[in-house]
Amino acid sequence: MTAAVFFGCAFIAFGPALALYIFTIATEPLRVIFLIIGAFFWLVSLLFSSLFWFMARTITDNKDGPIQKYLLILGVLVSVLIQEMFRFMYYKLLKKASEGLKSINPDETAPSMRLLAYVSGLGFGIMSGVFAFVNTLSDSLGPGTVGIHGDSPQFFLNSAFMTLVIILLHVFWGIIFFDGCEKKKWSALLVVLLTHLLVSALTFISSHYGINLVSTYIIMVLMGIWAFFVAGGSCRSLKFCLLCQDKDFLLFNQRSR
Amino acid sequence: MLTFMASDSEEEVCDERTSLMSAESPPPRCCQEARQGLEDGENAAQWRSQDSEEDLDDADRYVCSGVPGQPLGLEEELTLKYGAKHVIMLFVPVTLCMIVVVATIKSVRFYTEKNGQLIYTPFTEDTPSVGQRLLNSVLNTLIMISVIVAMTIFLVVLYKYRCYKFIHGWLIMSSLMLLFLFTYIYLGEVLKTYNVAMDYPTLFLTVWNFGAVGMVCIHWKGPLVLQQAYLIMISALMALVFIKYLPEWSAWVILGAISVYDLVAVLCPKGPLRMLVETAQERNEPIFPALIYSSAMVWTVGMAKLDPSSQGALQLPYDPEMEDSYDSFGEPSYPEVFEPPLPGSPEGELEEEEERGVKLGLGDFIFYSVLVGKAAATGSGDWNTTLACFVAILIGLCLTLLLLAVFKKALPALPISITFGLIFYFSTDNLVRPFMDTLASHQLYI
Repeated sequence: MTAAVFFGCAFIAFGPALALYIFTIATEPLRVIFLIIGAFFWLVSLLFSSLFWFMARTITDNKDGPIQKYLLILGVLVSVLIQEMFRFMYYKLLKKASEGLKSINPDETAPSMRLLAYVSGLGFGIMSGVFAFVNTLSDSLGPGTVGIHGDSPQFFLNSAFMTLVIILLHVFWGIIFFDGCEKKKWSALLVVLLTHLLVSALTFISSHYGINLVSTYIIMVLMGIWAFFVAGGSCRSLKFCLLCQDKDFLLFNQRSR
Repeated sequence: MLTFMASDSEEEVCDERTSLMSAESPPPRCCQEARQGLEDGENAAQWRSQDSEEDLDDADRYVCSGVPGQPLGLEEELTLKYGAKHVIMLFVPVTLCMIVVVATIKSVRFYTEKNGQLIYTPFTEDTPSVGQRLLNSVLNTLIMISVIVAMTIFLVVLYKYRCYKFIHGWLIMSSLMLLFLFTYIYLGEVLKTYNVAMDYPTLFLTVWNFGAVGMVCIHWKGPLVLQQAYLIMISALMALVFIKYLPEWSAWVILGAISVYDLVAVLCPKGPLRMLVETAQERNEPIFPALIYSSAMVWTVGMAKLDPSSQGALQLPYDPEMEDSYDSFGEPSYPEVFEPPLPGSPEGELEEEEERGVKLGLGDFIFYSVLVGKAAATGSGDWNTTLACFVAILIGLCLTLLLLAVFKKALPALPISITFGLIFYFSTDNLVRPFMDTLASHQLYI
């Protein structure tokens, strides 16, 4: 557990999120504000989930044994439900705020719902990733031997990759979710909820790192492709972007659609 | 000076004063006997600044749109357009201050060691029973708040009787103490932590340069960024002193009580701060720049509202516009967004768009940092609590600025942020931490 592990895992987990923040969000003050409000909503959802788990534990009088494991699993699933509920509430808030901004100054282009979907997803993702990983990261700076009791020595790497995939998944879920809400396609919301539950449930079999990590990455890629098409991308625009032929197709140049 | 020497630690006396002073001026003043007067003077100065802001508000409202002659209808649009930018202009310094405080708390063990208490919090918390401890902390808070109220009233009185020299002297003494003494102690502790040796001549040179440039930047003229950096540094130093010398429960109760006091003092018609603001408005005087963090981007020297009677300390952002009243702690902060100076003033070269800025009192910086620093110090090595408090404070600041844009008058910056911060601290520490720890130990992700 050295500085190399610390910096390596930190950049693996938070590098893409940091890059996304620097290139797409940091330049616009309004986006930063919506990002922080998104992070706050995730935080409040976590608070309610913890409250639920705490109450469930006090009801069962903190007995040790398999019941604690079941309570934990229940806590995780309820937490996922509450997170998606708060995502919906944030959508409602943004909708009202957008309308408010539009009514006050119709000339100014308020951020589009798609952009807000991306920003909110990133806010949720960053907060979720940070809360999941930062304590582990700070422990990695201290002394110790990983896996001395027979656990996997790849604990830090695994956690870092898992955090990265969770952050990216939240971004894609945000885009798909908001689009589903806008177009009243409730099936999209259901799919987001189910994949979120699936990803969390996959972490229950954490003894098999390879399986749950690889399957989560596959889910992330699928969600990413879906979010790309939902956000208005197409194969043609992707080709233009990769060949640098048309800068209007780059994400951060998009105006409100 | 005698008081200072007699106390256990130099910070003891300073703390209390400093807190009051901080809002107005750097804490070093606290340590001095004259602090009392200074604090009052400072508070008065703060209020004054707030007052000036309010004055400016009325005067500048008509030029709110930043361009003289623009119809008032554009005022709202520009307010909104700049609103987000102002929020970010305050997010950045508040975040930087908190980062400095948290980084120091987590690495330098000196600031988390218990080494005595301030004389303003005489009751100890080392009692066996919970009830006694709670009672002691409430008593400590009462003493602290009453000292603050007394100093505030003294400051109003000083201001009313135009003791500007006294106030200025006080401010300068406070900055001196903060910039030299506290910096020296801080540097000493940091060097001790990292086991770096530094000889006295180098130390003297470093501290002298740091302090002298700081005094010049804060009280006279200097680049805006440098002045902002110095104000952030002294707020962080003050917050560290508070974190070290306030006992645990007392700190939380004091934070709560200060926000209530802030709310009352700024919004009640008979509140001392409000009276100060009104007096300053009547006199049309500027605010002391040493007590306020200003984010004004550009300023011109030829401001029309320069007041020759207010001594020296005219800083750059001493622009009468956009002053955020915020007082150092306890004082209500009036985050206000003001427009650039009147169009009639001789500043043809004014870039009015750039003149918009927001001011926040140093006291707010200090108390935000105290909250986050205490969360970092006591959270058993837990970063989640610190981050939760940080996000809560930023959200509170955002809401306060939103209210400011709606109401367009001086508002206290402490209540909403501190309330959110306290709620999130206690709930994260007691509810979220066990949940996240259990999840992490089983490697589950939600």
